[in-house]
Amino acid sequence: MSISRDEVLHVARLARLELSEAEVERFQEQLSAILDAVSKVQELDLSGVPPTSHPLEVVNVWREDEPRRSLGVEEALANAPDRAGDLFKVPPA
Amino acid sequence: MSLDTLRLTAEEANVLLSAGEVSSDELFAAYRAAIDERDPELHAFLHVCEPDGGSGLPIAIKDVIGTRGIPTTAGSKLLENYVPVFDSTVASHCKARGLRILGKTNTDEFAMGSSTENSAYGPTRNPWDPERVPGGSGGGSAAAVSAGLAPWALGSDTGGSIKQPSALCGNVGLRPTYGTVSRYGVVAFASSLDQVGPVAKTVRDCAFLYSVIAGRDACDSTTVDAPEVELPTVEDLRGVRIGVPKELNEAEGIEPGVSDAVRAAIDLAAGLGAEVEECSLPRSVEYGLACYYLVAPAEASSNLARYDGVRFGVREDGADFREMVMRTRSGGLGDEPKRRIMIGAYALSAGYFDAYYGKAQQVRTVIKREHEELFERFDCIASPTSPTVAFRIGEKAASPLAMYLSDLLTIPSCMAGMPGLSIPCGLAGGLPVGLQLVGPQFAENALFRVGHALERALGFDGVPERLR
Repeated sequence: MSISRDEVLHVARLARLELSEAEVERFQEQLSAILDAVSKVQELDLSGVPPTSHPLEVVNVWREDEPRRSLGVEEALANAPDRAGDLFKVPPA
Repeated sequence: MSLDTLRLTAEEANVLLSAGEVSSDELFAAYRAAIDERDPELHAFLHVCEPDGGSGLPIAIKDVIGTRGIPTTAGSKLLENYVPVFDSTVASHCKARGLRILGKTNTDEFAMGSSTENSAYGPTRNPWDPERVPGGSGGGSAAAVSAGLAPWALGSDTGGSIKQPSALCGNVGLRPTYGTVSRYGVVAFASSLDQVGPVAKTVRDCAFLYSVIAGRDACDSTTVDAPEVELPTVEDLRGVRIGVPKELNEAEGIEPGVSDAVRAAIDLAAGLGAEVEECSLPRSVEYGLACYYLVAPAEASSNLARYDGVRFGVREDGADFREMVMRTRSGGLGDEPKRRIMIGAYALSAGYFDAYYGKAQQVRTVIKREHEELFERFDCIASPTSPTVAFRIGEKAASPLAMYLSDLLTIPSCMAGMPGLSIPCGLAGGLPVGLQLVGPQFAENALFRVGHALERALGFDGVPERLR
């Protein structure tokens, strides 16, 4: 298969996903099939073709560094799964 | 007065409202009644709102679009408890015009899918045949409009998620020129592709709703000025040059019924005075899917990294931070987002970047250039929107690749940032067929003009037969 088991585990780790054994096997098969299909991009002669990362020819948008109204602390913490005072609380590192 | 929400267009409703023949509350109540009656079967809505402020028409909003104080789940369990504290810019624009939010519509999880079967909350059913899908990812919005549950709706389109459901449900959907509608407050899937757009019963309604939401936004630096909308009135196509790309119209997998209906519509366009000519997109269709399914997942792997259980959303406990994050993401994300995140991470990873993502970016340039060349000769190009009519629920669920093929015809122009309009052009086996009109960047008015004239000439009845 185009993607090895180790590679599946590697990208899963990069993406902070933990997979069951059954999932690793299933995803390995599916990702390999997808990779085979998308590898088609390598068929073309693309020498001299610049990459497009953005569909419009736009340039950076600037504004003056003036403070403006922002979210208050209560709003910012409104969806917090856990909080301690004005802080988001998470398990220790 | 008795309102037939199945037939009423937004424009007609507005006329009644302005004439004082119906009140905003009565309109809202009529659509709520329709939802109560038909949505238990269709499941177009994830959340239905109580009437609250506003003096205008109701509108349904796809659940990837942030709405202050109204749950926004993006079709995912991860955001089951997420209630935004701010409005997306598009929601703000709607409210500023007095539009009233009816509810949030169902979507494939994180807008990833072509059938709405990837929603963590169950699929939406096609109003034309409830055993079939409404398309995706914006199946909820399309089903709501076609079933008379909302006069119009907002959807979002990355690789066809507005156009394809509109085709499968028999209504009108616009994917705007990239950058003309703000993405601020919209759950991000692929930032160089995502666009919010209107779903409605008619081209004029679509055009009007586009004018409500479009425009440069200080909160989204990828926005630019949108074209000033001209509501279409002309019913002929004299002087319009329409290209018919061979590769989009004769691709493998296009059902004969779809092909016939689209061909008939294109012939009708010629009858209305358009200059119709065959043309070619030599590589855009052949390499479009591969390009998209590298670029979009790569961008998604970055955009979905924020779902870590720290600041919002559902959190799974863990002994330490890393375990908490892994459990949260693994438990809360469905298979399709996981697949796309992993393909994306792979395509971007050291050693593979040039061969996959790098190449895809170059192919994107090729696709953009091929389209630009065509638009030197044509005002728009025409093709089917979807290779097939609505397929059965479960039919493509086992094969991710089979599902991806649904986007074959919508994807190429998305890669080029170009606008596309899908209008219903007929039936095949009793199910709607969509005609896709694509134009160069900022050509929305040209699309509205062509779409409107064809719509009037076709006289397609957008009310599902079983609901008439």
